[in-house]
Amino acid sequence: MKCTRCGGHAEVKLRQHNASFCRDCFVPFLHKQVERSIEKQKMMTREEAILVGVSGGKDSLALWDILIALGFETTGLHLSLGIGEYSDHSTEKTVAFAESRGLSLITVSLRDEGLAVEDAVVFTNRPACSACGTLKRYYFDRLAHDRGFPVVATGHNLDDEAARLLGNVLHWQMEYLSRQHPVLQPTHEKFVRKVKPLYRTTEFESAAYCFFRKIDYVIEECPNSIGVTQLVHKEVLNQLEAASPGSKLSFVQEFLKKAQPQLRARDTEPPRTCESCGMPSFANLCSRCRLVREVESKRARRAASGT
Amino acid sequence: MQITILPEKKQLVLSGRRRVSDVLQELGYLPGTAMVIRGDELIPEGEMIEADDEIEVRSVISGG
Repeated sequence: MKCTRCGGHAEVKLRQHNASFCRDCFVPFLHKQVERSIEKQKMMTREEAILVGVSGGKDSLALWDILIALGFETTGLHLSLGIGEYSDHSTEKTVAFAESRGLSLITVSLRDEGLAVEDAVVFTNRPACSACGTLKRYYFDRLAHDRGFPVVATGHNLDDEAARLLGNVLHWQMEYLSRQHPVLQPTHEKFVRKVKPLYRTTEFESAAYCFFRKIDYVIEECPNSIGVTQLVHKEVLNQLEAASPGSKLSFVQEFLKKAQPQLRARDTEPPRTCESCGMPSFANLCSRCRLVREVESKRARRAASGT
Repeated sequence: MQITILPEKKQLVLSGRRRVSDVLQELGYLPGTAMVIRGDELIPEGEMIEADDEIEVRSVISGG
C-alpha cells in the first residue's frame, strides 16, 4: 500500500479520508488537521497560556505533543484519580512524558484533596465514571481559574464526541446537546474556556500518532470502564463506520453545523455560586461538594455502625 | 503467526499467511479499532502478515 502523499510505504489507512499515509506524512497530516480544528472553531491563540488536561492515555498525550509542535504555550495538568494501580501507572506515564521533554506539569492527587474516585465508588451508588467526571471537571475548572489559565484543552476525540452525541440523541437530552460543542465559553467568572482540539481525530489516529512519535502511554483500560454504556455506543458507531466510512465524522460535524447553533441559542439558566467552595454551581452546592458531603456522611455512618 | 493482544495481554497462534483485515475480523475487531504492530511498524488493513511473523494487536478504544 502506497502513501497517498509521497508514494512511499504506507503504514496507516484512513478509510474516512479515503487516504493512506507513511509515518512521515501522517504526523504532519494530523498536525494540520488539529490546527484546522483549532482555527475553524476559534479555540485559542498562541498568545494564550493553555492548561492541557493530561491523563497519561493516548489522546491527552498526543494532544499535548501536537499543541507543542504547533507552537502553543502549554502546561500539563494531571489528576491522580485514586483508582488503584491504574492511577499509579497513569501518573508514571504522564510524569515520564513531561520530564523527557522538559515540560511544565501540575500534578494533583485527589486523595490528598480529600476525595479519590474510589471513595465515591465505595461509599455512594453513583456510577464510577459519573463521579470521576464530576471531580475532573471541578479540578480542571478550579485550577485553571486559580492559576490564571484562560483555556483548558482536553483530549476528547471524535469517537468520544460521536458516542456522547449518540447517547444524548437517544435520550433527547436537550440541555446536554446545547452544551455539546468543541468550544465551551465561560458562563461564570470562575469558569474558563474549554476546548477539544481532537474532536475530528479518531482514536485510531491518536493511537497511531503516539506509536509513530514513540509516546509511551497507558495501554491498560480503566477498571471502572468495563461495560460502560459509552463503549456500547462506540461499538455501534464503529459498525456504522465499517459499513459507511466517514459516518462518525459526518455525524458530529453535521450536528455542529446544523443542529447545535439552534440548541445553543436556547435560554439556559446561568450557574450560581456554590455555598461551600465558591465555584460555579446550578444548585446551592456544586456537584463536587454534594459528592464530598455524601461520602463524608456515609463514611461516618459506616464507622459508627462498625461495618 | 504469534499474536499478543493488548491491553488484555493474551497470547495466541494462528496458522498460515493472512491479510491484516482477516486477522482482525477473526479476533473480533471492527476496522479502525485496533493497531496491528510488527516490530517497529504498523501494518495497514490491506497488507499481509506472514506465517512466521510475531505481531501485536493493540485495541485503540477507550471507555469511561
